Amino acid sequence: MSDLGSPVLSLRNVWIEYGDKVVLEKVNLEVTEGAFLSIIGPSGAGKSSLLRLILGQEAPTRGTVLLDGAPLKAECGPDRGVVFQRYSVFPHMTVLGNVTFGLECPAAPIAARLFGTARRKAEAQATEMLEAVGLADSLHLYPAQMSGGMQQRLAIAQALIKRPRILLLDEPFGALDPGIRADMHGLITRLWRDYALTVVMVTHDIKEAFTLGTRVLALDKRRHDPHAPHRYGATAVYDLPLRGPPVPESAPVPEPVAATT
Amino acid sequence: MRWINWHFSKRDRLIAGGAPILLLLVIYLITATARHSANPSDKILPLPSGMAKAMTALLTTPDPLTGNLVFWADTLASLQRLGLGLGIATLFALVLGLLLGSLPPVRATLSPLVTGIAVIPPIALLPILFIALGLGETSKVVLIAIGVAPVMIRDIAAHVGSLPREQIIKAETLGANSWQIIARVALPQAMPRLIQAIRLALGPAWVFLISAEAVASDIGLGYRIFLVRRYLAMDVIIPYVAWIALLAILLDVSLAALSRRAFPWAHGATR
Repeated sequence: MSDLGSPVLSLRNVWIEYGDKVVLEKVNLEVTEGAFLSIIGPSGAGKSSLLRLILGQEAPTRGTVLLDGAPLKAECGPDRGVVFQRYSVFPHMTVLGNVTFGLECPAAPIAARLFGTARRKAEAQATEMLEAVGLADSLHLYPAQMSGGMQQRLAIAQALIKRPRILLLDEPFGALDPGIRADMHGLITRLWRDYALTVVMVTHDIKEAFTLGTRVLALDKRRHDPHAPHRYGATAVYDLPLRGPPVPESAPVPEPVAATT
Repeated sequence: MRWINWHFSKRDRLIAGGAPILLLLVIYLITATARHSANPSDKILPLPSGMAKAMTALLTTPDPLTGNLVFWADTLASLQRLGLGLGIATLFALVLGLLLGSLPPVRATLSPLVTGIAVIPPIALLPILFIALGLGETSKVVLIAIGVAPVMIRDIAAHVGSLPREQIIKAETLGANSWQIIARVALPQAMPRLIQAIRLALGPAWVFLISAEAVASDIGLGYRIFLVRRYLAMDVIIPYVAWIALLAILLDVSLAALSRRAFPWAHGATR
């Protein structure tokens, strides 16, 4: 483990149980600032449960989750951004609207939208973010009019506009074809470096996990009771540090990317 | 070729769709002509000329009692009741549907009540409405509203409730509060469904309207039909029924067009 950077996220002796069924047991994890943590493991090994836990969608049965040293509330918040495999974007908003929405939420708690100068300012900021993910030419399209790759670019821009402490990726490229997936790998690596992100990614694709991650965490069951397979949960069986966090460049310049995916 | 893959061209669809309608009209005309040649004063199957004559009177001659042109006054009265009833139902469907669909505490509190009201046959409530609200406009409008609102509310609530969980989580991670999620995520996506629900509710709404008018009224399309029934006036009843059908189709088509125009994203907008 790199001892540069402080832990953004700490899981201390975390268990997740659904009634009788133990999904995760004794998970201890420290995610340092600037890490790109890939989580792999077989189906049913609690990858998604772990992600939902970090997201705040559910609370641990036992143990504590700390974000920047403070206990995490069991509710999603703007300090953790997320990109799911599907349904991450709002089908009824244009590309620009999807990203602007994240800026409107804190600024307009009652009206739920911005008007006039504030709106133009938010839209300019959103446009800048969309340029960084290569969607500058598609501002006024609806998600249904775009390819899967473009929709995931949008979902990433939408999450990054909030400058989250942690970006959570739930099999974000699982539904894309291989060529586009390679493009997206390039994009996410560049964004991770340019915006000094801390990323936690769940994936089925072991190659992807090792290509992108600075650290790979494998979840699986250590013990197995054939008569009651649900009584033992999964935990981190391998925790492989691969490389340190990227050296921050002096002036991160978003390089132009091809808008076609 | 399998029948399930046999698609007609636009022109063929027009021909195929028009054929049964034309056929029915022709059968009617032949039968009516046959009856009239046997008995020139037959009332059961009036000829188009007879209908035209009867309708001209209703369309152009003012009613001696009220001074209204009967046909237009009936249409206006019925459409007003239908519009008010459907409008109130739509408002309830939107507000309650959104709240039930997106807020678990509201769902837990109100869902049994809505379900309970939904299973009551609305016509069974008609006597209660007449007793409680009198025989005027209110009871008719309320019958339509009560008749169609529960189904619409449940439909919108179910639709909002089945929005992908990912979308709601995403909105939360963007910092949206419950109100913002309802206003910006749930409401816009409920709107096309609401229009769909209105279109489906139009059928029952007409049933309740005609029923209420048949039982107690002094004006309206349903009232007129049930009034002239006493004189076997098929030459009025048939044009009135055709007019109701035409109005229903026009309402349905314009709602569909409105949905496509206002919510292109919900109708597979393509590049």
